[in-house]
Amino acid sequence: MRKAFGPIAVLAGVLLVGAPFMVARAPYESTMGLVQKIFYFHVPSWFAMFTAIGVCGVASLIHLFRNNPRADRIAEAAGEVAVLFGLMGLVTGPLWGRKSWGVWWQWDAKLTIALLLEMTFISGILVRKYGGPGSDKLAAAVGIFGLAVTPFVYEAVNIWRTIHPLTSVVPTLPASMGAPFWFCVAAFMLLMVLLLMVRVNLGKRQAALDELYLAYED
Amino acid sequence: MRLHRLLIALTLFVLIALPAFALQPPTGQSEFVPVESLPAADQLPAAPLLVTAYAFVWIAVMVYLWSIWRRLNKVEDEMRALAQKAPHR
Repeated sequence: MRKAFGPIAVLAGVLLVGAPFMVARAPYESTMGLVQKIFYFHVPSWFAMFTAIGVCGVASLIHLFRNNPRADRIAEAAGEVAVLFGLMGLVTGPLWGRKSWGVWWQWDAKLTIALLLEMTFISGILVRKYGGPGSDKLAAAVGIFGLAVTPFVYEAVNIWRTIHPLTSVVPTLPASMGAPFWFCVAAFMLLMVLLLMVRVNLGKRQAALDELYLAYED
Repeated sequence: MRLHRLLIALTLFVLIALPAFALQPPTGQSEFVPVESLPAADQLPAAPLLVTAYAFVWIAVMVYLWSIWRRLNKVEDEMRALAQKAPHR
């Protein structure tokens, strides 16, 4: 994994630097105009969050049933990265909505459930920080719950009537919009993997420090 | 004959005058009505919102990387301090 870090970092850097140029060259959307270009960072940030939640959920399951510290470290890192990308989605969305809908926020199903998902993973971080002994298991349960909720967040626009654009806009994108969009998705996914690796490494060092403290006390 | 000419003149006048009346611009605004706020589309330029959104993404990544770097440094410092203490025991 350590060997892969360099190439992933270079590739992510190239894609992230190229992304704004791709977005600038993308055509304007007919009804929303310039502000619709937030879409090219907004949706990939949710995709990256959902992927991080997937990693967190699976690692949480492994830790919960097999008591695996490595899986716990991955779950902790992925939960934190999920919060970061969720925050990006929750900030860029209202900036887009203010111009398109005339309001910063609407308490409709899609937006509300997305906010709840973000709060679920923030609660996971708080549980780990202040939960005391056994908080890793509790945080794992929160991670699994978050994973179970995620399909509803994605499908909310198709299940309930909301003002948010439908999921069908992505598969029906014309090539001129699809190319920059998938370019940005690739950039965000690589960024997510990169941040996850860095954060897992931090967890590994923290575990090594805890072991040193235990050895020192003995 | 005179009446006939008068009728033609009147008809021509009406035919010319009618479109002129019909094409009059709408009446001017007779009063100004104050409102609390403009429609959102009229008051908000898109560019600052777009730039803010992209800037936030980059700033969030930078702040997160900085927080990891700070936590990592703290852990390394503690490990070094512990390693220095250990041989004296």
